[in-house]
Amino acid sequence: MSTEKKSNKKKNRTIMRSVILLLLVAAIGYTIYNSVTADEVEVLKVGDAAPDFTLTDLDGETHKLSDYEGQGVFLNFWGTWCEPCIKEMPAMAKQYEVYGDQGVQVLAVNIAQSNFEVETFARQYGLNFPIVIDRDKSVMTAYNIRPLPTTMLVNPQGEIQRIVTGEMTEQDIAGFMEEIKPE
Amino acid sequence: MDKLICKCGHENPPGTILCESCGRPLNEQEQNKKLADMRYEGTARRSQTYNKSIIDKIWNFFSSVKVGVGIIIVLLIAAAVGTILPQKQYVPATTDAEIKAYYTDIYGSVGTVYHALGFHDLYNSFWFIILVGMLAISLIIASLDRFVPLYKSLKNQRVLRHSSFMHKQRIVAEGPGSADTLKKAEEKLTGLKYKVSTDKNGLLAEKGRFSRWGPYVNHIGLIIFLFGVMLRMMPGFYVDETLWIREGETRAIPDAPGYVLESKGFTLETYTGEGEEEKFGEAIDRVGTVAKNYQTDVVLYKIPEGTLPGDTADMEVVEEHAIRVNQPFKFDGYALYQMDFQQDELKTMSFALQNKETGESRGDLTIDLVNPETNYELEDGSVVELLGYYPDFSGFENGEPQTATPLPKNPGFLVKMTTPDTPDGETSFITIQNTVEPLGDNDYKLAFQGVETRDASGLTVRKDRTLPILGLGGLIFMIGVAQGMYFNHRRFWIQQQADGSILLAGHTNKNWFGLKKDLDQVTEHASLPAYRDQQEDMEAQEKREGEQLT
Repeated sequence: MSTEKKSNKKKNRTIMRSVILLLLVAAIGYTIYNSVTADEVEVLKVGDAAPDFTLTDLDGETHKLSDYEGQGVFLNFWGTWCEPCIKEMPAMAKQYEVYGDQGVQVLAVNIAQSNFEVETFARQYGLNFPIVIDRDKSVMTAYNIRPLPTTMLVNPQGEIQRIVTGEMTEQDIAGFMEEIKPE
Repeated sequence: MDKLICKCGHENPPGTILCESCGRPLNEQEQNKKLADMRYEGTARRSQTYNKSIIDKIWNFFSSVKVGVGIIIVLLIAAAVGTILPQKQYVPATTDAEIKAYYTDIYGSVGTVYHALGFHDLYNSFWFIILVGMLAISLIIASLDRFVPLYKSLKNQRVLRHSSFMHKQRIVAEGPGSADTLKKAEEKLTGLKYKVSTDKNGLLAEKGRFSRWGPYVNHIGLIIFLFGVMLRMMPGFYVDETLWIREGETRAIPDAPGYVLESKGFTLETYTGEGEEEKFGEAIDRVGTVAKNYQTDVVLYKIPEGTLPGDTADMEVVEEHAIRVNQPFKFDGYALYQMDFQQDELKTMSFALQNKETGESRGDLTIDLVNPETNYELEDGSVVELLGYYPDFSGFENGEPQTATPLPKNPGFLVKMTTPDTPDGETSFITIQNTVEPLGDNDYKLAFQGVETRDASGLTVRKDRTLPILGLGGLIFMIGVAQGMYFNHRRFWIQQQADGSILLAGHTNKNWFGLKKDLDQVTEHASLPAYRDQQEDMEAQEKREGEQLT
């Protein structure tokens, strides 16, 4: 066998082995990537497009997230049994008075409670922003909301700017609204 | 490394043990052995011989069976350690932080280390996946490295082998023969379903070569199986979720986009022990009740493609179904299993509006605890107005009633009762245990009349698209096992030398008894010289020597 043939064979062998090894390593790498992100696959990340939805508020008016494109949306998930949710509501209402005119929309998504409870609550606290009820928890599922309150800050481009879990102070709320305010 | 040139003139790849052409032993170690190492036909395992570039070195590493077995042992140990403390799904904590805290709180520093090393979620910990992946690489490379040279070698078998090869086989026969010996042997071997090829003064009879591929087929099955397991981690292939749904509720099914489930009712039936069920009487007497059926009646809805979450206007009924234990509701690759239940959650409460002094009733009202109304109008113009509703009343904070959960476990009502006697209305706060009259003594009260309850069903949502792949992998695995275990590769080489004498060698990868039985028939038919089993001879000799020593 000539040396040229021999070195060719050796080269082919190395290429072949490299390709096989690379494929296998890529498969393992992909599996690990998937397993690490498995829990977060549905969890939205900052920068993701906010999933669109449509829900009805207490006045029977329909709110579709994509209709608010161009505005910042302060999407707050809450329930009347959740103490911090209740606490931050009046602050949200106060800041909405300031930022509402500057293109920030507050949407409070109640998790599957009755009209009576939500209405009573809204009246009691004099809430000025639309409150929609997620009756079959489909929006909650789409956003994979676990702890309450969770607030999704959606920027005017319809992307998630920030995800806040837990109670916010009025100062926090003002800062967040400033963040998603259209230019 | 250089090619090995055999005495017969054949060029063998470096590392070859037995010449590919004539079968002569090529190294000293092999030459000194009494029996030839026939496992890979004496071919060079490819990686053993090249060890130059880094790629070759990696290849070489994974090609080793020792490495493969080592990986399996490490995996076994890891899996065993993973059973010492509970896995994270069996721990009463949901968020990552809670889970981490749980291991530290309950198991101390051992728990902390256990969690930090990923043992709490073993199958998803990155190092475990890497190990399984390395096992897959080892399976593939070790197989390729052995299969290719073995295949080539068996494909290019020569009929005539050197006498040194023949003499190193376990079964050997040597002795006088006649002119038609080879012909008769061929006749009989063909009759025994051997494939016979001849060359000059020799013949090679072969049977069941495919059994040599058994281990490789087996490994292909394993690799397909591992691939299926890998797919489980891809989104959309595997779902295992829990859905709690109460009677009358409609809920989006988790991880099943576009599907919504409504519960019509939960039923728990028990055996009565009467009539046809008399045979259960004894068991019922012993344990109280025996469950007969757990069932959730559901309606499945589909939301048309492109509909947004929250929009339930265009929901279409797909099917009404009864989910029973072991009889899941299957649709579109999903299965809903009846797994758990919770009975007698409050659904409605009924009260009578009574005059405290006279006990006279102004009528009854029923409050729906899931969806209460604001006004309840009674006889003669009496009205009960619901001012506040706290489904799971947990006390007051700053004078405000609080609710701990959204479920009606301990409902509290703030009501205003107006009757013709009390036109200004009276306010009362009612819970199950007591009534508070915050604005002074009232003339009227809401007297508790009764409750209606509802049940909740715990369903498991399952989807597994990898099952057919796992099944296929398992099937191929078993085919490989059968192929390697229940069939043997038997060969005979027979040569008639110039002086007319016969030299015979026989080899099989397993079941030497079967090989000898075949050979007995051929020996009888073709009057071959008697054979001897060199391994048995050697063992017998060792035994004799041992006896002499003692």
